[in-house]
Amino acid sequence: MFDDRARVVSVAQHEHRQHFPRPGWVEHDPEEIWRNVLLVVRVALDKADLSPSDLCALGIANQRETTVLWDRRTGAPVHNAINWQDTRTDRLCREIVREHGQDMFREKTGLPVSTYFSGPKIRWLLDRIPGLRERAEAGEVLFGTIDTWLIWNLSGRHVTDVTNASRTLLMNLHTLDWDPVLLDAIGVPAAMLPEIRASSELYGEAGPPLAGVPVASALGDQHAALVGQTCFNPGDAKCTFGTGSFFVLNTGARPVTSERGLLTTLAYKLGSAEPAYALEGSIAVTGALVQWFRDNLGLIGSAPEIETLALTVEDNGGCYFVPAFSGLFAPHWRSDARGVIAGLTGYINRGHLARAVLEATAWQTREVMEAMNADYGHALSALRVDGGMTPNNLLMQFLADVLDVPVMRPIVAETVSLGAAYSAGLAAGFWPDTEGLRKNWHRAAEWLPSMDAGAREKGYRKWKKAVARAVDWIDEDD
Amino acid sequence: MPGRIQSIERAAAILRLLSGRSRRLGVAELAGELRLPKGTVYGILRTLQAVGFVEQDRDSGKYQLGPALLHMGSSYLDGNELRTRALNWADGLATRSGESVRIGTLHENQVLIVHHVFRPDDTHQALDVGSLLPIHATALGKALLAHHDYLAAELTPGSLPGYTPATVTDVYRFRQELEAIAQRGWAVEVGELFHGTASIAAPIEDRRRVTVGSMGIAGPIERLCDGRQPKAEFVDYVMEAARAVSRELGAIPW
Repeated sequence: MFDDRARVVSVAQHEHRQHFPRPGWVEHDPEEIWRNVLLVVRVALDKADLSPSDLCALGIANQRETTVLWDRRTGAPVHNAINWQDTRTDRLCREIVREHGQDMFREKTGLPVSTYFSGPKIRWLLDRIPGLRERAEAGEVLFGTIDTWLIWNLSGRHVTDVTNASRTLLMNLHTLDWDPVLLDAIGVPAAMLPEIRASSELYGEAGPPLAGVPVASALGDQHAALVGQTCFNPGDAKCTFGTGSFFVLNTGARPVTSERGLLTTLAYKLGSAEPAYALEGSIAVTGALVQWFRDNLGLIGSAPEIETLALTVEDNGGCYFVPAFSGLFAPHWRSDARGVIAGLTGYINRGHLARAVLEATAWQTREVMEAMNADYGHALSALRVDGGMTPNNLLMQFLADVLDVPVMRPIVAETVSLGAAYSAGLAAGFWPDTEGLRKNWHRAAEWLPSMDAGAREKGYRKWKKAVARAVDWIDEDD
Repeated sequence: MPGRIQSIERAAAILRLLSGRSRRLGVAELAGELRLPKGTVYGILRTLQAVGFVEQDRDSGKYQLGPALLHMGSSYLDGNELRTRALNWADGLATRSGESVRIGTLHENQVLIVHHVFRPDDTHQALDVGSLLPIHATALGKALLAHHDYLAAELTPGSLPGYTPATVTDVYRFRQELEAIAQRGWAVEVGELFHGTASIAAPIEDRRRVTVGSMGIAGPIERLCDGRQPKAEFVDYVMEAARAVSRELGAIPW
């Protein structure tokens, strides 16, 4: 819960279980998610001693692509939600590509066919559960990403927002509507799909226990963070540094087709205003490398201690770590790559390795930023950051050094929740416009570039040589 | 190679006994266990007490391990970890107070700044993480020292340099102030480091109630104080934020 100056009024959180029925499969229980949402809403209200009537509006930010199918009449899910990380549609995706190619999907949706996106997950369920396709065609079974599932349970409406719809492989990026050619290619009946609406608009009113509260926004988490960081101008960018990292650049009114492995996606659509588009670069392993360093090598006891260890040495000692644990994402998209530590000598100690681990996050971000600058045609002038790795000062300074732009952290770390609140508050008239929201954004910290150009370019050259050693590792018989 | 020093061996044996199952032992019990004269054991205990390695329970007169020892042991908290765990609360304190926030830890009788949140007004500010501040002329330092009696006890006359006419340089007066701070749970400094600026801070405790850091705000005297007294609302904000971080670290909830 936020107040009118975007200050946190209260916070409640609750983890839900992850289910791993088979290797590569990841599921969530949609009923548990709904119960937990009700729980955290009650706890947040209780903590602040407020009641639902004190709320001006409610917004939703959610992990994208996770797929739920449920019975329209009973509201009961027909299967666990298939999580975005789930790779069970691997073979199905290859079949779809063989039949239709990647170009049509790239052109219509801005995405490559991949196991992440919802469309193939829907198709998998329709193929596997007897009778489900017929019920879906008759409109008896509904599809939703988690935003849709929650809005359905809150208000009884079957809607999604453009940002979530843009990650299904089913929405046409230019018309912002379901595309019959895509539905046909993936094999999803139109009758089961929600109505696509703006990210910020009144979807309906919540029933008990939030009776009367307007449900007024939905955004995928990375899009919500962009809004929470008030990146409303074309050219504004944010990067969220978690276990993986997500770099999103607002490209304004035009969708920019990437020639360098970035995704073209919706930034947001606020009410009846024109939609804003974005380029997105995802990095698979950033904070996860620090966790691996902690859990698998045991050289540190907790993730923040990596900074302490890295500060025991002056530099990386010539050592580079490419964490291609399951291939490389943007801008390389090489599934045949695996991790390497390059430049090892007898001089290297664990402090140098800790440096190399942190620097890997910065170099990977630099690669994505270069792709963005080239695809977009303008160079980024500053980067707004958030996420679990931003308390790491050494990393944030190194990031500013290798990107050669100022790096800024906002004072509200909860940018994802804030983005959902901003969108809902705009729809409800709580805030008049995005200009007012920008006034709430304050720097909590800023790191300025201080590395000389020669050192930066040499480091980047070495990083690229290390990446060249990571690719082409996996063979046919692996 | 020189021989081993008997009194240090005996001191180690006492510490080992105190860290054992009973944890709190009297002079006679310790003397019995170690088969040493009570006078010898008492002398060693007095020395260990003076350096903060043991403390005497007021009611029973028995001895237990002291905070200095706990601080050196497993309760040591990495400054980078403290920053990570405190981040949300430090941001919240800056938002509520409208002032810059810092978190400090003890480093060789100075305050090491481990976290800094800018004042939320978008003026140009530079991160000062890693800088060192004098312990007796900052609220952060006073809040740290107030809960480390053994360090306060080591202060010698002349060890407190003056930065402004308001700096407390008299050791006796300074110790009195530390006692008051320990009682009320927060520290203040008004123009004692720089003319015109004030700071308010409170201790951060870990799950053993050992002070592992302090957290506070700094700003112009006229914004933070009424006359020479800190404004009550700012003291509340600082204490609440420091308590929240202590809770985050597992200190006993209160």
